[in-house]
Amino acid sequence: MKDIFKSIEAYRLWEKEEPRSPEDKASFIADRIDVSDRDLNAFITLDREAFSRKAKAAFSPERRKSPLGGVPVAVKSNICVEGELTTCASRMLEGFRPPYNATVIEKLDHEGAFVISGANMDEFAFGSSCETSAYGPSRNPWDEDRIPGGSSGGSAVAVSSGQVVCALGSDTGGSIRQPASLCGVVGFKPTYGRVSRYGLIAFASSLDQIGPLARNVTDCATLLKAISGYDEKDSTSVNIEVPDYCASLGMDIKGMKVGMPSEYFQEGIDGDVQERLREAVKALEELGAEILEVSLPHTRYAVSCYYIIGPAEASSNLGRYDGVHYGYRDEEARDMIDMYVRSRTEGFGDEAKRRIILGTYALSSGYYEAYYLKALKVRTCIAEDFRKAFEVCDAIVTPTSPTTAFRIGEKSNDPLKMYLSDIFTIPANLAGIPAVSIPCGLGDNGMPVGMQLMAAPFAEEKLIRIAHAFERNTGFHELKPGTIED
Amino acid sequence: MGSKYETVIGLEVHVQLATRTKIFCGCSTKFGADPNTQVCPVCLGLPGSLPVLNKRAFEYAIKVALALECDIQGTVKFDRKNYYYPDLPKNYQISQFDMPIAYNGRVVLTSGDGERAIGITRAHMEEDAGKLLHDQDPASSFIDLNRTGTPLLEIVSEPDMRSPSEAYEYLKILKQTIKYLDVSDCNMEEGSLRCDANISLRTKGSKALGSKVEIKNLNSFKAVRDALLYEQERQEDLLEEGGAVKQETRLWDENNAVTLSMRSKEEAQDYRYFPEPDLVPFEVGREVVERIRSELPELPSAKKSRFIECYGLDAGDAELLVSERPVACFFEAVLEECDDVRSVLNWIKGEVLKHLKEHQAGLDALKLTPSGLASIITMTASGKISGLAAKEVLKDHLVSGRLPSEIVKEKGLEQVSDTAELDAVAARVIEDNPKSAGDYRSGKKNALSFLIGQVMRETKGKANPKLAGEILSKKLSE
Amino acid sequence: MRKDKNKYSISIEDVSYAARLSRIELESDKMGKFREQLNDILVYIDQLNEVDTEGVAPTSHVLTSMRNVFREDEPGTSLPNEKALANAPAKSGNFFKVPKIIKES
Repeated sequence: MKDIFKSIEAYRLWEKEEPRSPEDKASFIADRIDVSDRDLNAFITLDREAFSRKAKAAFSPERRKSPLGGVPVAVKSNICVEGELTTCASRMLEGFRPPYNATVIEKLDHEGAFVISGANMDEFAFGSSCETSAYGPSRNPWDEDRIPGGSSGGSAVAVSSGQVVCALGSDTGGSIRQPASLCGVVGFKPTYGRVSRYGLIAFASSLDQIGPLARNVTDCATLLKAISGYDEKDSTSVNIEVPDYCASLGMDIKGMKVGMPSEYFQEGIDGDVQERLREAVKALEELGAEILEVSLPHTRYAVSCYYIIGPAEASSNLGRYDGVHYGYRDEEARDMIDMYVRSRTEGFGDEAKRRIILGTYALSSGYYEAYYLKALKVRTCIAEDFRKAFEVCDAIVTPTSPTTAFRIGEKSNDPLKMYLSDIFTIPANLAGIPAVSIPCGLGDNGMPVGMQLMAAPFAEEKLIRIAHAFERNTGFHELKPGTIED
Repeated sequence: MGSKYETVIGLEVHVQLATRTKIFCGCSTKFGADPNTQVCPVCLGLPGSLPVLNKRAFEYAIKVALALECDIQGTVKFDRKNYYYPDLPKNYQISQFDMPIAYNGRVVLTSGDGERAIGITRAHMEEDAGKLLHDQDPASSFIDLNRTGTPLLEIVSEPDMRSPSEAYEYLKILKQTIKYLDVSDCNMEEGSLRCDANISLRTKGSKALGSKVEIKNLNSFKAVRDALLYEQERQEDLLEEGGAVKQETRLWDENNAVTLSMRSKEEAQDYRYFPEPDLVPFEVGREVVERIRSELPELPSAKKSRFIECYGLDAGDAELLVSERPVACFFEAVLEECDDVRSVLNWIKGEVLKHLKEHQAGLDALKLTPSGLASIITMTASGKISGLAAKEVLKDHLVSGRLPSEIVKEKGLEQVSDTAELDAVAARVIEDNPKSAGDYRSGKKNALSFLIGQVMRETKGKANPKLAGEILSKKLSE
Repeated sequence: MRKDKNKYSISIEDVSYAARLSRIELESDKMGKFREQLNDILVYIDQLNEVDTEGVAPTSHVLTSMRNVFREDEPGTSLPNEKALANAPAKSGNFFKVPKIIKES
């Protein structure tokens, strides 16, 4: 596949010069996706009807004035797009077409982006491999036998394979950053409250955040700027001005302090990942950053903490899927209770059931204090670690994932092992801080390795500044899967 | 109640707050719209939707809490109460668990022997559920979600009431107080006020509480009292026979006037409350509380005492006047223009309230003005119109709102108080009725009434009867 | 945290109770598997007890200083009835329709 979608800039050049009509441009994009998606399964469904409906507006010369005008943006299937299938990759939401747009979709529409709904994902965002999708796993474009990461696997695949220019994902415990890392693209999780969650189908409300994925930091910053900002429909959206993230591009990082938490560079990380990270840190140092050691002592409890809080909130958020007002219903049910049980039992996959049951258990009478309340307190300790660390450094660097992409099926029977693949990304969600994953080379198996940078709340600019300086000077973002031609 | 047991009653009252829009979204709360037309992604519980708290609902809740002498919680949070029911589209209700908006209040009962305070344990905000219709179709139930998300305040009393009539009294005062605040219609028939009752019996003198029964499906004040009376008796009989009261929920069956056991639950409800992550906490500042407190109207009990004190009313009359705030306000407004307390009271108690009752309307439905009633009273006192005519003027004024003086003029209701005119009529009447005149002169004083009647007839009722009597007796004694 | 006498952190009864509360039915073979998996997770999670949280306040919101987010009592847009019911698995007239509710309680 020709790499015409390698950046917003490249795409816009192509689009401007391309003589096709808006409808034909839309078909061209849809065809490109269709062809590669037979192998990759990045999209659950491609709504061609929506493509042609939206083409005229998106590809008008008028729209080209906006930085995202006409740019194809894939949207994860847990972000509501009015009238288009939004299924969370679950049978439970089979056929569900929201009667409203998520706020981020309104914003993208306003910017003139060409929104492509239905990117594949782990069911209800429960997973780190995209294997729990009821519509089959997405595959890593670097090696189709491997997982792309998750839960925003489809978004990462669509970007990495050049099907689209950029994408939106959601990140509850690493669901943007981990697949970005495993697919060799940039993925950004903003500060909790930076981007409206209105219209994001909730997994864990206190952790969820929508963010961009792109092939480079510049595009990520552009997309982030477009979707950020206060929304009166989301009580947890923060009413402070959004800086121009693109202004941080191209700045040097001399004298910036980057912390290396000793706790993150210990056992459990693959050797090649560890090595790439040391090289990356060295590169940052060469760019003038000051590297210092920081300590995040409670980080090792993050996974435990997360697997109480996440499932607890999820068990409640997913209570609404009962076959009454929308979504899947078992028609054979004898009565109401029976209908609930049958619909939910048939509609949810195993991982969803596991988390719902785990979360219900953690909140149930007699266990609330031992599990849920305890986890909330440990969460405070984890956030406090970060607060202290950011008193002495501008950013913290870690691997995004302890391994490169593993093989499909490798961890699907061992939930705990799967959960531990988010060990480095979860703390940022618990603390609500911004974090980005950027490519930092390839592992021994030729699969991408990602570096994670985290910063204090609302310090997205620092992350963009460091990430862009790193990208500019290393060029790892130019690496791409073999399926993409130049 | 027999001597052996003491009845212990606590009430849980849900009041719909009369905001324009729902508690967490902008849908209308208006009663009676077509099913499922006042709904949006938020109150339908659609995936991805999020709640934002209605500020007015919050302030209304504080207002009620202050009127009930509650302490207001400094930091308030919302929690999710998780349970499955088809009228609850999210399958959790946003409610308040351990940090309710208010706690520790009281309602003072004044009837009976002196005052008795009933404690309010807590008041918390929550969202209302939708409506289920079971009788439209033999195989299905229908759901209307218009009501979903209407703001509710749940007011939980202490188990302080000792009889069904006390519970009735508590409800009455609670409703009266909330209606004074103008924050709820408190209409039990339309469901804007709902009540569940807890009742248990214990041996007199005992401190421990007996097994309590919760009664649901109480759709009127009367139902609350009747159901509690029934349940009190049922429990007493059980205990007398040496049995035990089972802790359970029972439904009031209005038609058969009995409580019925609901099928017992498999296990106790486990609501898995946890802090609502979609809403941040709320801090209620001193200034806000004081502002709202300063906006509170004079409440019924204070008003009643003041009426007794200032106007010399007896307790019954004062209670009648304050039972509805518009009536009490009207009473005082009339008094601004007319200082005859007795007449004002009698007119309101009599004609005005009678008219409201007949038409089942509120005072605001009438065109009656305070100055209108004041002028009717003044005209009657000065003899300009007769008492009978006054009633006719009021009837017209209530509906038309026209000035009473105009009505009098137009209908020619003015009394004839012109001595010369009456003099002539009296002379004619005496001449035409020699027998009665003779009777009067010979000492049969009641013959005068007949003669006054004749004067009234001659003047078509417009004569001032008092004056006519004076003139007649003067003439007859000449 | 409650421990069974043996190696389990969570009993079959616990799993089946939580499943019932969740309105999910687990076939007996799945029950065993779930119990093993959930047990692994809970055993791992037990390490939370290593953290001394005496005097530590719980964080249910990371936006710890955010307070009083209100909306004014102004009407917003409601959905027309057809749109409200558009995703309903079953409807009748203006209503959502469900199988007869056998009073649960």
